[in-house]
Amino acid sequence: MKEIIRAAVAVIVVSALLLYINSQLGKTSGSTGSDTITVYNWGEYLDPELLDQFTEETGIRVVYETFDSNEAMMTKVQQGGTSYDVAMPSEYMIENMKEEDLLIPLDHSKIPNLKNIDPYFLDLPFDPDNEYSVPYFWGTVGIAFNPDLLEEDFDFTSWEDLWRPELREQIILVDSAREVMGMGLNSLGYSLNSTDESELDAASAKLDELTPNVKAIIGDEIVEMMRRNEAAIALTWSGQALDMMYINESIDFAVPEEGSNLWFDNMIIPKTAANVDGAHQFINFMLDAEVAAQNADWVGYSTPNAAGLELMDPEVTGDERFYPDEEIRERLEVYRNLGPEMTGEYNERFLRFKMGMN
Amino acid sequence: MQNKSTRALYLIPYGAWILLFVIAPIALVVYYSLFNIHGDLTLANYRAFFSSIYLELTLSSFWYAFLITLFSLLIAYPTAYFLTKTKNKQLWLLLIIIPSWINLLLKTYAFIGIFGQYGPINAFFAAIGIGSTQLLFTDFSFIFVSVYIFIPFMILPIFNAIDRLNPALIDASRDLGASPWTTFRKVILPLTMNGVKSGIQVTFIPALSLFMITRLIAGNKVITLGTAIEQQFLVTQNWGMGSTIAVFLILFMFIIMLFTGQKEKGGASVGKTK
Repeated sequence: MKEIIRAAVAVIVVSALLLYINSQLGKTSGSTGSDTITVYNWGEYLDPELLDQFTEETGIRVVYETFDSNEAMMTKVQQGGTSYDVAMPSEYMIENMKEEDLLIPLDHSKIPNLKNIDPYFLDLPFDPDNEYSVPYFWGTVGIAFNPDLLEEDFDFTSWEDLWRPELREQIILVDSAREVMGMGLNSLGYSLNSTDESELDAASAKLDELTPNVKAIIGDEIVEMMRRNEAAIALTWSGQALDMMYINESIDFAVPEEGSNLWFDNMIIPKTAANVDGAHQFINFMLDAEVAAQNADWVGYSTPNAAGLELMDPEVTGDERFYPDEEIRERLEVYRNLGPEMTGEYNERFLRFKMGMN
Repeated sequence: MQNKSTRALYLIPYGAWILLFVIAPIALVVYYSLFNIHGDLTLANYRAFFSSIYLELTLSSFWYAFLITLFSLLIAYPTAYFLTKTKNKQLWLLLIIIPSWINLLLKTYAFIGIFGQYGPINAFFAAIGIGSTQLLFTDFSFIFVSVYIFIPFMILPIFNAIDRLNPALIDASRDLGASPWTTFRKVILPLTMNGVKSGIQVTFIPALSLFMITRLIAGNKVITLGTAIEQQFLVTQNWGMGSTIAVFLILFMFIIMLFTGQKEKGGASVGKTK
């Protein structure tokens, strides 16, 4: 009995001690207070040196956390355990968060560097007048391919090429319902935001015909697979394609002509923010021409910052595959928030497609 | 009296534990399963589960879980049997158990390299003239990796059961003229059945909801209920439907536990009288 009491006391003492240490740590890395901000971003999506530079310039310390999906980010913001001051969700998620009242409007007078952004990327349908968001990076969805591993010459200017029988077991798809369903819809000439049942049925049927050519449906492992020549073709985002090319120079990237997805990740201030002023300073800092150029260099995705673009290597910014001109961009579509029912329907169709693979 | 109240006192931590970490989560899952995407109280999720897609998914989950359990058992039983016959059996057992200490994800990633187009197995195939074969993203690789991961959990209970077997019984069976096969069938197998049942439990139930291996090794060509739950929670954000699938998974597990449950004999009742 005595031993048990002793053990119990020991457990309580240790727990109390840990609690105390934790609260102390919380104080020092404090996500509250006026001299720190908490930034919530995708992984590998910001040059860490810039965080130090920001602290040097403003005296505000940055606590940096990462997420791996828009939905996971929104759930964390909704639960409100951590006071995130700045986050970088994609455009359809901003519509969603706006509906859920999770965003704080931006004070444009505190973000003078907004003038650096190419007007093409401002005032977009998902956020008129940039009331809540400022563009951070943008890109496309397309086909990364390795001509060395293909017997014939393909240029993938059409989605239709993917259906060619010679490509049996060659294609890796990204494990994401919107991208795969979007490909099916685009290949038939429909909008990738379609909510029309007959169009969706046609896209599902079209995708089922693709199954013999599909090697796998995976996530970020795609990059490694393509780098190591494990697969010849991948449906992926432009930035991921660039990641592949850094290591494996044979890889090329194409955005099919029937149309595809144009996406934007944007900086927002969520309702959880404890340091709204610091968050504005951070957003303004990231929009500085030199900072944006350095960040784009490090991250590899396309920057919407026109002033920053001029400071970058023209060989990169002149690359039509990653900085397509306006004529090509006209053919691309931005995802709209489809609402919970349609999102569910897209995912159920995608699940059915995956089940049909075996 | 004193004894009784202190005993009740000892029970408090366990009771609190079970309430907080067993009963409360299950109750929450059931609670969430009753709401649709708009937060209305409804049984629609349960109706949706009985649509073709989820039933098909359930069948395919069961089929793969069955295959994984079967192959694990076929390999684990003889292994466990011969282990009990070795000289340093505890050491051998330890060597078999050690790989299960390594993180599951790490082991899975290792297999991506091993099965790869340029991995050691394909290099070997090329050397003996078979030529390079697509191993990754096939049913074979999925079953192989899953069996590899579950085998230690299958071996352990079977090993313990065989190890506890009184050798005199086997001698007696032989003395009475039974062939080795009859001895195995009539004596060894029935007496080690409890180990086999525990092994099946710890393999079949987790195998039903594997989802990470289905993506990394099978390239989502194999879909389990786990995949569907993950998608409902993380992508569709339909917690109601995700919970409903989870409720069915819990039900399936409960049924399997009933079928493979151990009848209380000797050991347990001794504990009770004390």
